[in-house]
Amino acid sequence: MVNKITVGHVHMSGCTGCLVSLADNYEGLFKILDDYADLVYCLTLADVRHIPEMDVALVEGSVCLQDECSVREIKETREKAKVVVALGGCAAYGNITRFCRGGQWNQPQHESYVPIGDLIDVDVYLPSCPPGAEAIRNVCVMAYLLLQGNDDQKALAGAYLKPLMDLAKRGTEACGCDLMVDVINQGLCMGCGTCAASCPVRAITIEYGRPNIDREMCIKCGACYAQCPRSFFSFDVVNQFEGIIEAIDGAMGKGGE
Amino acid sequence: MVLGNYKTAVSARAADADILKCSQDGGIVTQLFAYALEEGIIDGAIVAGPGDEPFKPEPIVATSKAELLAARGTKYSISPNMMLIKEATRSYGLDKVGIVGTPCQMQALRKAQLYPLGMRKVPDKIALAIGIFCMENFPYQGLESIVEDHCNIKMESAVKMDIGKGKFSVYTERGALSQIPLGATHKYEQPGCHVCLDYVANLADVSTGSVGSPDGWSTVFVRTKKGEDVWSKAVAAGYFETKDIAGVKPGLDLVTKLATGKIDKNQKTLEERASFGVGKGLRNPYI
Ligand SMILES: Cc1cc2nc3c(=O)[nH]c(=O)nc-3n(C[C@H](O)[C@H](O)[C@H](O)COP(=O)(O)OP(=O)(O)OC[C@H]3O[C@@H](n4cnc5c(N)ncnc54)[C@H](O)[C@@H]3O)c2cc1C
Ligand code: SF4
Ligand code: SF4
Ligand code: SF4
Repeated sequence: MVNKITVGHVHMSGCTGCLVSLADNYEGLFKILDDYADLVYCLTLADVRHIPEMDVALVEGSVCLQDECSVREIKETREKAKVVVALGGCAAYGNITRFCRGGQWNQPQHESYVPIGDLIDVDVYLPSCPPGAEAIRNVCVMAYLLLQGNDDQKALAGAYLKPLMDLAKRGTEACGCDLMVDVINQGLCMGCGTCAASCPVRAITIEYGRPNIDREMCIKCGACYAQCPRSFFSFDVVNQFEGIIEAIDGAMGKGGE
Repeated sequence: MVLGNYKTAVSARAADADILKCSQDGGIVTQLFAYALEEGIIDGAIVAGPGDEPFKPEPIVATSKAELLAARGTKYSISPNMMLIKEATRSYGLDKVGIVGTPCQMQALRKAQLYPLGMRKVPDKIALAIGIFCMENFPYQGLESIVEDHCNIKMESAVKMDIGKGKFSVYTERGALSQIPLGATHKYEQPGCHVCLDYVANLADVSTGSVGSPDGWSTVFVRTKKGEDVWSKAVAAGYFETKDIAGVKPGLDLVTKLATGKIDKNQKTLEERASFGVGKGLRNPYI
């Protein structure tokens, strides 16, 4: 395949769970690397020491303000990547690292962790802890179509990515409370239960048709709000679900059904 | 797009008398899941099972025909069926998941397949999604007020509820029927339904409802390749009686009329929301 895009995985303060989620596409990951994207930077998988120029940077983890190297690297990432994706709850919203208070071995002074959007402009958010393997796959395929596809494919990819770009503009704080503030308080919740299914720590139950959030348990990953059909819903994209799923399966070499 | 994309529309009912007995309409949902379960098309289905209070649904993962039968009939109250979508693939270990839901739940499902952020291992495991037509839904307390205060029936003695021909009807175990004009129920509707732009579950594989078909029969839209595959096999195997929808009364004209009415009304609500405050609006989820 000609015109592959270049992708890097930039590791900030994260647990490598998001990278594992990317790898959880199994042979799909090889397909992506064979046909669509060259992995030009990835501390875990590629022997490249310095952040290179790249089309898409998948950033995992939040930035430790006391870690000079991380602060420098996130700024460098913004300068060198065309598209910066906050991969996962930590990069997008701080997630569990929001609760850090320092005092750990080796670097006890490391105590303030901020989502990358507090320091740089971010183009696309992929919330959750970690984002589903299939969500990362879909964004990879769409990023490829956006940069290398024909006009129709560009239009579809643009429409698909728009809500994730809007999330990046919405802010760097997320919490189960978003369901209260932006869905229930807005008279939009219809009790479908999707938020409860999406929460990785099971902080949400549905009581009398509405989500109940155990705020002690919420790690602020942003999955519930992003997954709620009443946070964003694009008829243009979702109404074409059958065709899009077929197209993605086709792109991943699973066509024929 | 009032009725959504579909390949075929028919009027149908289940061939199995046991299924028909306590099903809401033509028993389409229960019969199609039972068939799919028998054939291994699904390993189980998320349905609205009986809850701890009468007509208060509780989502369950049904893996047997008996469980499907126990979940028959419409509960006009919120059943958060999507709540179990990830659980079904995890704790229950299903590889092929069936799910029934209202149009909004079908929207949630398809969004979850396309944007599976918190939905690891869900997208590829949806084997059969059956949508049920829906004009509005009631919070449980709302349903209780309708049945107990307006219809004068104890929730415990109700055996079936039904909406049709402009009336809300409750049937009791002693054979009584209590009806009130549908208008009296409007104030109990859940607010989230007033921005809903789908009546006939456009995004399901197969969607069904009573409207359009004679009593005891259902109107069925077969929408996707998956839906067509399962439906045509089930019909060929004799699991359903079908009639040409063009030959039944009141037919698709009524479905179109109701669907258009719902969409127009709710579109208007969305427009009013845009200037609800002074120089400020409420959120519109549809971008
Ligand atoms: C809130 C609501 C409003 C409806 N409004 C209309 C309408 O305006 N016009 C119309 O034609 N049809 C409407 N229906 C659909 C109709 O009542 C029947 O559900 C449908 O025709 C299926 O009947 P059946 O005999 O094929 O299914 P059955 O074999 O009786 O099975 C019904 C299935 O639906 C599930 N179910 C029951 N209640 C709920 C619920 N609250 N949420 C999710 N799943 C549930 C059950 O668990 C069961 O699996 C509505 C249904 C609901 C729940
Ligand atoms: S996902 Fe959204 S609409 Fe569904 S129950 Fe949760 S908050 Fe309500
Ligand atoms: S409630 Fe759950 S899904 Fe929502 S932000 Fe908190 S941890 Fe994430
Ligand atoms: S009216 Fe719409 S939002 Fe309300 S329950 Fe029915 S499908 Fe869901």
